[in-house]
Amino acid sequence: MKTEEKRSFIDWMLDNEVMISLLVVLLGFLCGTILVLAVGKNPANMFSSIFDSMVGIPKRDGTWNFRYIGETLAYSMPYILCGLSMGLPCRVGLFNIGAEGQYIMGMTAAQSLALFISPFPGQWFFCLLVAFIAGALWGGIVGLLKAKYNVSEVVATIMLNYIALYASRLICFHQPGATTYNTDPLPATALLSKFLIKTSNLNIGIFFVLLSVLLYWFVVNKTKLGYSMRATGYNKNAAKCCGISTVRSIAASMALAGAFAGLAGAIVLQGGAFPKGRIITGMDNYGFMGIAVSLVGNNTAIGNLLAGLLFGVLKQSQSLMQSRNIPKEITFIIQGLIVVFISLRSGLELVKLYRNKKKLQKEVLHK
Amino acid sequence: MNILLQIPTILMIVAPILITAIGGMFTERSGVVNIALEGLMGLGACAAACCHYLMEAAGYGRYSLVLALLLGAFVGWAFSLIHAVASIDLKADQTISGTGINLLADGLTIFVAQILFHADRTKEYKIGMLPDKIGMYPTVYIAVAVVIIAWFVMFKTPFGMHLRACGEHPAAADSVGINVRLMRYSGVMISGALAGLSGGCIVLTQTIQYTSGTIGGRGFIALAAVSFGRWTPLGVTGAAILFGGMQAMGVIATNITSLRGIPSEYFNILPYFVTLVALILTSGKDYAPQANGIPYEKGAS
Repeated sequence: MKTEEKRSFIDWMLDNEVMISLLVVLLGFLCGTILVLAVGKNPANMFSSIFDSMVGIPKRDGTWNFRYIGETLAYSMPYILCGLSMGLPCRVGLFNIGAEGQYIMGMTAAQSLALFISPFPGQWFFCLLVAFIAGALWGGIVGLLKAKYNVSEVVATIMLNYIALYASRLICFHQPGATTYNTDPLPATALLSKFLIKTSNLNIGIFFVLLSVLLYWFVVNKTKLGYSMRATGYNKNAAKCCGISTVRSIAASMALAGAFAGLAGAIVLQGGAFPKGRIITGMDNYGFMGIAVSLVGNNTAIGNLLAGLLFGVLKQSQSLMQSRNIPKEITFIIQGLIVVFISLRSGLELVKLYRNKKKLQKEVLHK
Repeated sequence: MNILLQIPTILMIVAPILITAIGGMFTERSGVVNIALEGLMGLGACAAACCHYLMEAAGYGRYSLVLALLLGAFVGWAFSLIHAVASIDLKADQTISGTGINLLADGLTIFVAQILFHADRTKEYKIGMLPDKIGMYPTVYIAVAVVIIAWFVMFKTPFGMHLRACGEHPAAADSVGINVRLMRYSGVMISGALAGLSGGCIVLTQTIQYTSGTIGGRGFIALAAVSFGRWTPLGVTGAAILFGGMQAMGVIATNITSLRGIPSEYFNILPYFVTLVALILTSGKDYAPQANGIPYEKGAS
């Protein structure tokens, strides 16, 4: 009887996506802790940094310093958006490695609008808007190529990432005040205003992030487009037979995904973390991390939000870790491990098959 | 400036891309896509840089080059096993496990540098690989050897034929007694070792330390070269020379008067752009191994 109960618990664990995600994250942290121990550092410092990033620290005069929380939320914004950017094509059965490129194009578009047009009130909103559109175009290209010509979206997005990186540099070199590394500072009208925790970079971009999460949930679960996307993802040919335009759902999913990533680029640029306009020399890696965010969050809206927050916490804790004698790269390792463990997750299907087989054998024998 | 004088430089930049691309060709021919090449190159490069610096500091600088390359290849091989287990035994999504290794490599290499050297990069060594009398770097000869051996193994040995069969039709290969699992493991491990080796080649010829930007997308260029070269040694070699040549042009254009005005970004962008266009143009025809990227399940149809 007891073994029967235990078995059903394991079955429940194996079937529950949320539990598996938690398990994967825990495993990632466990391996990270072991690594920190192995190189002779104190993992308590790592966890205290992560904890402080979540709740803030007490100031000397007894009041509470919320700055770290604000920074954590600010860092989470691009992660959440890039997670959405990965998650939507996943629903259609595509793998969008191109969030990085879409992010760069969004950032470049926003910066161009901010620097080429003379300042006017509400400029920040239009910057976000052009970033949204630029990302959508950049992602939409891949969608069209995939849907019309059946070009592998993995290779195409990787190529477009680097094309975006160098194209962005070429564009930014022509912007006012361009040097090798940066341009003139963005006008104040183009910056997102800070709110709530003024000492940190937390800005009104977070409302757009929350709106995007809502939009994602709405599109996927409540609209005809979302339904055709999911149908395409489950079985493309069956969807086609039912009269669903798979071309449209593939292109639309990639375009909307690109729009999310483009928005992330604009929010990072306009968030006030950079004193001047940017000429990027390499990837910011938010796009690649978005893959991990989406995988941890099981492509659901709320999962993406939570996973994005987790990654934001890790990013913010980096500076604390470095000051507490823990190499900050441990967070990258943990994130990488989480993705590796997620890929191993498909092995659980084999475990399930094996358990079902055993169960069947037992039943047959009992009869 | 005579372009002929630049040939050794161009070949030095082409060599690592070519070595990695040949590895990528092996793994894709066996039926496993490996987008972790970028990360594996980074791991190999970091291992080689650490090894060479430590050996040089200990006074064995002249002998450590070979050792550094071998260590790089070994590290690449070891980490490719993760990808092999995930994608072959556990039937994982190959893109996800590849991405995981790429992310892991980003963190792990710099983490090691932090532990060993207390900086976000490895310490500079004094003397890397030196060119020989005609100006060629040893890595060029390594690349040539790798291509010739790859061609021979792939098309003139039973092993190569079995490997290709597993990428085209694993069920058929299985039915005539070929061990699909072993073949695909070999493919992934060859790609891992070659990626690690080429990481070592980059770090020992083009720079004097490992930083987070050392690889800078060359793994992805190699990936592009594999599909642009249509999965044959000769085609991949041509693609690698083309793409590597463009990268090199970005570096040496500053020395050529007529090209000085062109920003190097134009040269950097070309490999990716050409590959994208080639992908679209060849979209109707299938040059790729038929079963590339699809896990093989024994007994299922």
